[in-house]
Amino acid sequence: MVGKHLSIAITGAGGVGVISCGELLLQAWARLGGRGLLRKAYGPQIRGGESAALLKLTENERYTAAEHYDLVVALDWDNFSRFEDEIKLGPDSWVICQEGEALPAAVSDLQPHILSLPLAELAQASHPDGRINMLVLGLLGALLDLPGDSLCELAEQKLAGKAVAYREAAVASIRNGCAQQLECKLDRPALGETGTWYLSGNQAAGLGALEAGIRFVAAYPITPASDVLEWMAGGLEQVGGQLVQAEDELAAINMTIGAAFGGVPSFTATSGPGLALMSESIGLAVASETPVTVFNVMRGGPSTGIPTKSEQSDLNIALHGLHGDAPHLVLAPLDIADCVFTTGWAVHLAQQLQTAAIVLSDQFIGQSTAVVSEPRRCANPAASLAIAGDGDYLRYKLTDSGISTVASPGDADQRFTADGLEHNEKGTPSAKHSDHQQQLQKRQDKLEQFDYGEDWAQVEGSGTVALVSFGSSSAAVAEAAGLLQERGIATRTVALRLLAPLQANALAQVLDDCEQVFVVEQNHGKQLYHYLRGQMDFRQTLHSYAMAGPVPLNAGQIAQTVAEVLAA
Amino acid sequence: MSEMIKLKAKDYKSTVKPIWCPGCGHFSVFNAITKAMAALAISKDDTVMISGIGCSSRLPAYVDSYGFHGVHGRGLAIAQGLKVARPDLTVLAMGGDGDGFSIGGNHFIHACRRNVNLTYIAMDNEVYGMTKGQASPTTPMDWDHSKLTPHGPGVRPFKPAALALASGAPWIARGYSGNPNQMAKLIAEAIAFPGFSFLHVMSQCITFCPEQTDWKSIVHEREEPTLSDADEAAKLFLHEDGFQTGVLYAEQRATWPPEPEAAASVAALDQLAASFRV
Repeated sequence: MVGKHLSIAITGAGGVGVISCGELLLQAWARLGGRGLLRKAYGPQIRGGESAALLKLTENERYTAAEHYDLVVALDWDNFSRFEDEIKLGPDSWVICQEGEALPAAVSDLQPHILSLPLAELAQASHPDGRINMLVLGLLGALLDLPGDSLCELAEQKLAGKAVAYREAAVASIRNGCAQQLECKLDRPALGETGTWYLSGNQAAGLGALEAGIRFVAAYPITPASDVLEWMAGGLEQVGGQLVQAEDELAAINMTIGAAFGGVPSFTATSGPGLALMSESIGLAVASETPVTVFNVMRGGPSTGIPTKSEQSDLNIALHGLHGDAPHLVLAPLDIADCVFTTGWAVHLAQQLQTAAIVLSDQFIGQSTAVVSEPRRCANPAASLAIAGDGDYLRYKLTDSGISTVASPGDADQRFTADGLEHNEKGTPSAKHSDHQQQLQKRQDKLEQFDYGEDWAQVEGSGTVALVSFGSSSAAVAEAAGLLQERGIATRTVALRLLAPLQANALAQVLDDCEQVFVVEQNHGKQLYHYLRGQMDFRQTLHSYAMAGPVPLNAGQIAQTVAEVLAA
Repeated sequence: MSEMIKLKAKDYKSTVKPIWCPGCGHFSVFNAITKAMAALAISKDDTVMISGIGCSSRLPAYVDSYGFHGVHGRGLAIAQGLKVARPDLTVLAMGGDGDGFSIGGNHFIHACRRNVNLTYIAMDNEVYGMTKGQASPTTPMDWDHSKLTPHGPGVRPFKPAALALASGAPWIARGYSGNPNQMAKLIAEAIAFPGFSFLHVMSQCITFCPEQTDWKSIVHEREEPTLSDADEAAKLFLHEDGFQTGVLYAEQRATWPPEPEAAASVAALDQLAASFRV
């Protein structure tokens, strides 16, 4: 169930091109039908620091971070040492490094297989401007039996903007790498079907948003969400739409609300600090019933925290960060490919329910790239509701569903003023208890009475033990369930995609056969655990497995902990 | 549509009753807005009033057009988002001195430099009225009527016109609540101007600043022609008394966003998706 995998780390100084090397290797692997994940790790320097391409070639698309590495290519040891905590080696690991450089004790003590090669000299011998990263690409390609022609073609495509001589040097270096015979045995995972996609979660989210009808984006740069916005800037230009770079997140969310008020499906993306700034106005979207989608790529917090690394610690603010009673939608994509579906679904729900949707992605799925089967799409594009044509228009009319018809500026004779002040059905400000009570109930009813269908969670397996997670931890949890299965512990996994409104009845139903429920999440404060406890009465014993970032959740540790608790 | 008949100013008023105190300058701004709308024969359905929070920000609900009463300080952001997404609409943003120059100050300067084609009316009474009389960014240094700053704010007030000019606003005018006819003309001109038009209105608050009734003897119409040279305007705005009314500065400058360079099409979505295929 876990499947065979092969993990490769390539480390070097920033600018040497280890990330490009990793990307091209994974793309060539994908062309053959291979599956795999590329995590990109950088030091804190803006340029010239260390970087690492962390590859995991797999037999399925349950992408978790590698727990140890089968092969490490260290272009130099200084830069490798900065990733010592993240790149674990063992006696079975292979290491390719520059000949003549002393091995650090931390590496030699582990006694891996060492292949010292004259990397710089081989690159130089390929071409006067030979590139070490491309030489390594050739070496690794040969080890994995990847066609040299495919590697060269992909490199030519990637370097299309560079000078001819530069591309020639790259190709010559790849060819020379491919020609080397290395005494290294790698156990290659099996290939699957071809016809796959290669993308990051942030790109997937951008595509999902545009396909769902988003035509206005307001953007304020923040790590690790900027690349969603950058990708959408280009996309909107082609599809037809506008992107505004705002002066801050306060402006970004309000511009989004303004455009949405104009009837144009609107979106912004941010990360924790930006979400905190946007919270007041997300409440305005809720109160004025203006549909907006806020895509939040989580990073380590609180405060500036760990901007370049992943954590699932914005759940609390996404659920509870708005002042007053402000029911809204909170969703979380389960993996890179699911960023297309879940983002599209969030846009659709926000439009349909005329409210704010907060989507909780994170740095791990946002900035990693992966080979995936063609992603599932949200079948329902964002729809503006038809409006009634009567002259006495009630924008916030009380209805059975809680959903009122919506007019946009330009619509004839439906004029109203949207308001963050409490209001009556017409939209006129009102401080009366009866209006307040009715409008609070309306905004709650429309979310609670809506039929969300089967997509609120991904439920798999069965057993008396359940692992409940949300968003990106679902992959590690699924892998942990596989490990538990191997130990004879039948496990059900529930990966929540819709966090608010919580589908408590449906969740209780899928947990009905279970006796022990483990809530697994990547944060320190047990945020999901406390939320579930607050929302539901559990007949089962509820346990928390909460591990702060930025280290990725480890399936082996999850399985071990669960087994130990069950045995106690 | 009802707009086929020539509408009068009063036809642009909604049925919602203003909450303002008797004698408030904002009544005059409200009347001037509806007069300007009537003069321009503006379509109610295609016009949007957008505001933040404060006494003056209540205005959108009083106009029979579309409107959005947002949160404190962010009216200009809502207005720009709307106008960029819906360039076919006539968009007016409005609010007070606290809303526009304090909590919304960052949006004000960036709206000036972005130059989206909309009109911003700042109703400046040099005081936070809705919270019962605290000093604002335009309150005189020695104004000691607030319990919050009993010795006066003690800091120099902003010069909104100078701030707008330094931030790149291409059209700057000043009106006075005591002269609604001039203000109606200024508003009509502001709406017609192709770009970000900033109308600074001295709008008296006789409840918390009764001394502002003296403004009528201080305010004076500018007799010289409108400036188009930024150097001259800078000198004027830094040294004037702040009570000169009229269109003070105007220049022609490209608005944002520009027309798209290439034709866009929804069919491009398929190409975007295809770009991810291995």
